[in-house]
Amino acid sequence: MSNLSSVLSAVPSLQRKLEGRALRSILLSALVWISALVASVPLFSVLYMLIMRGGSRLSLEVFTELPPAGFEMGGGFGNALVGTFVMVGIAAAIAIPVGIMAAVFLAELGPSSKLANTARFAAKTLTGLPSILAGVFAYAMVVLTTGTYSAPAGGVALAVLMLPIVVLTAEEAMKMVPKIMKDAAYGMGCTRSQVVWKVVLPTGMPAILTGVMLAVARAAGETAPLLFTALFSNYWIFHEGQLEVMSPTASLAVLIYNFSGMPFDNQLELAWAASLVLVMIVLVVNVVSRIVGKPKF
Amino acid sequence: MEKPFVVPAQADSVCQPPSSLEFFVDRAFRALARIGVILILALVVALVFEIGRKAIPGIQKYGIDMLIGTVWDVNQQKFGILPAIWGTLYSALIALLIGGFFGVAMAIFLTQDFLPARLAAVFRTIVELLAAIPSVVYGLWGIFVVIPAIRPLTDGLHAAFGWIPFFGTTLSGPGLLPASLVLAIMILPTIAAVSQDALRSVPMKTKQAAYGMGTTHWEAILKVMVPSAATGIFGALVLGLGRALGETMALAMLVGNSNQISLSLFSPANTLSALLALNFPEAGPNEIEVLMYAALILMFITLVVNVIGSLIMAYAQRGAR
Repeated sequence: MSNLSSVLSAVPSLQRKLEGRALRSILLSALVWISALVASVPLFSVLYMLIMRGGSRLSLEVFTELPPAGFEMGGGFGNALVGTFVMVGIAAAIAIPVGIMAAVFLAELGPSSKLANTARFAAKTLTGLPSILAGVFAYAMVVLTTGTYSAPAGGVALAVLMLPIVVLTAEEAMKMVPKIMKDAAYGMGCTRSQVVWKVVLPTGMPAILTGVMLAVARAAGETAPLLFTALFSNYWIFHEGQLEVMSPTASLAVLIYNFSGMPFDNQLELAWAASLVLVMIVLVVNVVSRIVGKPKF
Repeated sequence: MEKPFVVPAQADSVCQPPSSLEFFVDRAFRALARIGVILILALVVALVFEIGRKAIPGIQKYGIDMLIGTVWDVNQQKFGILPAIWGTLYSALIALLIGGFFGVAMAIFLTQDFLPARLAAVFRTIVELLAAIPSVVYGLWGIFVVIPAIRPLTDGLHAAFGWIPFFGTTLSGPGLLPASLVLAIMILPTIAAVSQDALRSVPMKTKQAAYGMGTTHWEAILKVMVPSAATGIFGALVLGLGRALGETMALAMLVGNSNQISLSLFSPANTLSALLALNFPEAGPNEIEVLMYAALILMFITLVVNVIGSLIMAYAQRGAR
């Protein structure tokens, strides 16, 4: 009898026991589950606060009225919304053409040339550029040269941040275009630019658009580069019938920053409402870019 | 002008050589594309050159004194940025500890078969949306949610463990800990995304070999998968650190902007980016020189960290091939 049990104990048990390695596995699994859930809490907390505190203030008049001063009631952020669109528009007008042209070179014309490798590294380094330094750069280049805070200065700062995103995503998009399609075009006697215009760009367009829209979404939410390039303004950019581009310009992001430090409830409510609008814009652009960018083949 | 290509014998062929005009357009387009690339390089050069040139007067006037000075007083013309440098590094490191842990945990969670595909897509979207929210909104949220939420905890820690330098002061509104927490949330998506790529690039066979030798799920992850992807994960952490060092708005709104060097997590502090954000809009010409100097220091720190991160990533990709 004792003989048998000693033999049995020598054979490792095939039953799962909650000790040692198995127990450690379960504990670690619980740990990552909890970590993932904890990491998701901030998103829902932010969205909850935006909807509760921003949503209650949201009305038509916040889109059409000017920011209130000190103890004033009511008001809105119509001029800031327009300013954000104007400055993101300027930035896009600079960054998208330059970015896509550069991406054409990186992906098609000289992918492994020294110039391309250097530029690729430069673009990757630029993605890590602190956004405030883009502001410092635009301040030195545009504000000091023109002598005034302005919408174009803000636009240049945002363009610096958009450019590397556009370049790198557009390059990836063009590289995804199947080589046989390009070879077929070359075989018919297309020049390299014809291949780019008629095959690479149309085929890669959905993915290029995704990158462009992500860059736009990022630029719309940036605050730091605008603080001392566009500054802020309590007036419309269209003033008395004419467009005053070369003067301080309001933006949603700077409005949120300015109002967040104010001791007045009205301004704080407006800051939350403006945050809700800003996040809605950014999220809508994000979702649309995802739908547009779905590969079709 | 002589045609650069030979005309085919049959005129009705679909294959046509490019005409002179097409040839010219091709050349012009390629030149344009090259200009686009050169503009990127020019931008980088201009960035360094412009900020460097505007910082030269400040460097000549204050030199090394500014880097080791601790007082920032515009009226006395005293400009010391040591507290800001300290705050930049300290807040980024704490954010990296927290954001790094959750980011890598999230990457393991999403890549190592813990979830059915559909649920994994939900969590992936959550991480991407975390990255999409503008930093100024995080700042606003930090002021009204994070600070009130952690106040009881910090008061308790200070009362119980006040003799430990990290808990040496009470949290009086803005401070290093709330700023670092928000910073951690902001760098989490970067770390999670890059670590996921690293973990995915480990060949399936490697994991199957580990299972075949009788490892548990977690032994395979910790002893095989994570070490195989270690270079990529390390690169992700360095890139996250680079983001944390340069982030501005959340810090300008939450860190308290007080020029002091303290180990306490609850005391207000300052960072280079917050210093720039707060002082630039109202700065006189004299102060601008100093701020350009500070901007140059910030650029140097982030550039070094980012270049190291990019090199590690390039090394990891070469290793994976």
